[in-house]
Amino acid sequence: MGTKDIVKLEHIRKVFPGVVALDNVNLTLQVGKVHGLVGENGAGKSTLMKILSGTYSTYDGTIYYKGKETYFRSEKEALEKGISIVHQELNSIPELTIAENLFLGREPLKYKGMIDKKERLRKTQEVLEYLELDYNPNLKMKQLSIAQIQMIEILKAISRDSEIIIMDEPTSALTNIESEYLFRQIKSLKEKGITIVYISHRLEEVFQLCDDVTVLRDGKYIGTYSIDDVTQDKLVSMMVGRELSDIYPPIDKSYNETLLKVDNLNSKNIFENVSFELKKGEILGFSGMMGSGRSEIMRAIFGLDLYDSGQIFLEGKLLKNRSIHESIKAGIAMVSEDRSIYGFVGPLSIKDNIVIPNYDMFSKHKLLNHKKIRNEVLKIYKRLDIKAPTIDALTETLSGGNQQKVVLAKWLVRNVKVMILDEPTRGIDVGAKQEIYKLIVELAKQGMAIIFVSSDMREVIAMSHRLKIISDGRIIGELSREEAEQELIMKTIVEGGF
Amino acid sequence: MKDKEIGKINFSTIYRKYGIFLILIVLFVSSALINRNFLKPANLINILKQISVVTIIACGQTMLIVSGMIDLSAGLVCTMSACFSAGALAATGNVPLAIVVGIGIGLMTGWVNGFLITHYKLQPFIATLAMTNVAKGITQIYTNGQAINGVEKIRWVGHGNIIGIPVPVIITLLAVIFVYLLMRNTTLGLNIYAIGGNEKATIASGINVNRNKRIIFTISGGLVGLSGVVLMARLMSGQPSVGSGYEFDAITAVIVGGTSFLGGIGTVVGTLVGSIIVGLINNILNLLHISTQYQLITKGLLIAGAVIIDVKTKGLKTKS
Repeated sequence: MGTKDIVKLEHIRKVFPGVVALDNVNLTLQVGKVHGLVGENGAGKSTLMKILSGTYSTYDGTIYYKGKETYFRSEKEALEKGISIVHQELNSIPELTIAENLFLGREPLKYKGMIDKKERLRKTQEVLEYLELDYNPNLKMKQLSIAQIQMIEILKAISRDSEIIIMDEPTSALTNIESEYLFRQIKSLKEKGITIVYISHRLEEVFQLCDDVTVLRDGKYIGTYSIDDVTQDKLVSMMVGRELSDIYPPIDKSYNETLLKVDNLNSKNIFENVSFELKKGEILGFSGMMGSGRSEIMRAIFGLDLYDSGQIFLEGKLLKNRSIHESIKAGIAMVSEDRSIYGFVGPLSIKDNIVIPNYDMFSKHKLLNHKKIRNEVLKIYKRLDIKAPTIDALTETLSGGNQQKVVLAKWLVRNVKVMILDEPTRGIDVGAKQEIYKLIVELAKQGMAIIFVSSDMREVIAMSHRLKIISDGRIIGELSREEAEQELIMKTIVEGGF
Repeated sequence: MKDKEIGKINFSTIYRKYGIFLILIVLFVSSALINRNFLKPANLINILKQISVVTIIACGQTMLIVSGMIDLSAGLVCTMSACFSAGALAATGNVPLAIVVGIGIGLMTGWVNGFLITHYKLQPFIATLAMTNVAKGITQIYTNGQAINGVEKIRWVGHGNIIGIPVPVIITLLAVIFVYLLMRNTTLGLNIYAIGGNEKATIASGINVNRNKRIIFTISGGLVGLSGVVLMARLMSGQPSVGSGYEFDAITAVIVGGTSFLGGIGTVVGTLVGSIIVGLINNILNLLHISTQYQLITKGLLIAGAVIIDVKTKGLKTKS
């Protein structure tokens, strides 16, 4: 059977301030195929797709769509021409019904501009039947699971007669069963002649679903391969481009002294029976999917969220009056998974962000000691090699990696005993990641106890002495570093994933 | 972050730092050229005297808006403070007591506003809207709608001079300096910026945001109370019908002064300049015998202009 190209992207280049996000990238999509797009975080996958779907309209290079040179000024224009994107963050309105959401902004009308609800219902039924889904179109979005919401987003694309559907990490919030469900739907879309771009960093999914795969690394085009011509190992080495030992520093042995003890922590419907111990100088990894409760556990330990029962001991002493302030005073710090929400204040300078959690050091009788602030902040600024013009630069103007360094600096100016790092390398470039890894290892060497939460298996295994596995709000297992590595290799061989 | 190099000076930062001064200078020079009465010392001092009450309110309003809040009740609380202060003075003849009563009422209402906002999680807009009505009602009951006279002893506060500078102007400058130092040199000041810039991150840094919000509202309330005393001294009576609308004049000064309504950005010096700009424009329109209706329209355009600049310059940063 002959194949037909539907999209050709040639020599795409996109520059953000200070970063070349994409450099001379090519991509060809064929009708009715599932095309995988893989690469590490920050490789440029999402940026490339935002160019194809019209979100970014300034770039160099050419898009050929159905053989013709095309330029999409906006997402709307791309949508009208048949290119839909299902974003990582879903944007549906929880209080509206399935039917209302599907036809939001393009409701079928009847006489005098009134919404034709019957027609809307009929059309909704029609698309639902097209994919053989038996949802009630009058259900509210908030009653659906994430996988179902995702299906509605896909339905939206189909009901607009999209010929290309781009899916950006569609399974990142799904359980295995939900993922399987999604895969079946993707296969049936493919049979109907719809072209799919599938972005994922889960290689087993790529091998399961895709016909072809394109690899990006650090914004560069590495190559496009038929899925039958590559192996998992080959893909990994192309994505990473270097040996793992180059990225992750070797970690030292930990001490024997127990620093933090969490005893039977419970929070109704969120997590239960969470118990573990953390030693001085130890890096304890927590691995689990998004929504597994891992971040919630950390938030509760830090004092950001309340919990129902359980006890937390630091150096043998029970922590009472749980609040963030008390945690900080006791020597617990946390780098949250969403740094722009919990990590730093955007319109404040680097310096001010570092001062806020450390008033006990930087003020007396509520008066700021500007001289001491400047000295101490300059020290940490140099130590972490934060790249900014001055310490007075606004934090929101920095790159993701440097913002994360500011968040770390907030805590490292003080004597922290336990540092909770929740996805500390999310959304930052490889270079900054390496710096952060090195820093973590160095801190552990100095005796800091570190909790390292990550959904990147490779990262969390390479960086931890021990690994706790979280699922559905429980700790379901613990692996030593050696066991985890062994497990990873097995998994790679047997299932084809990592 | 499309159009913004890291740390590079751009229009937004320049405008926020110096733009407001440039506008003031341009206005000042053109006013001087348009009308020769403008430059007379008496006229200039008069401008400052006229803006004194609103500027004191605007000092507190700056703290609130920078921290992402607002106080709509300021105008009527100012009235209430003025009337109670006048009442206390008329009854006892004790000036310090009258001042304490005026400021105290402001502090109290400020604390109540803060309590409603932090304890019951009311939006500042709603809580202070409610307070507006309560303050108005209490003032009407207390005064029976009549002016309170017999406050001769407070004359010096409203009409006195220290080395040729009117006392209300000095009080205003002290209020500006107080808020300036507070916002610059204290932990509360930094918290004001932090809460307005990103409340969640501030909480996650271990700051008791609710307590800070109550303190900010209480201090701002105290300033409103002070403005009420100055108002009463300038009018030489407690007037139950003067003061309403001052909150919007104060907010205008804050916005024109470069404080962002989105929170996290702004200075009280900007507010002072913003207030002077508004006062200047009113003054020159007066000197040119242009009626108050046109002054209102000018003020409206000024607000819209300032906010458009705010949104545009902010937009440069957030559009990606």
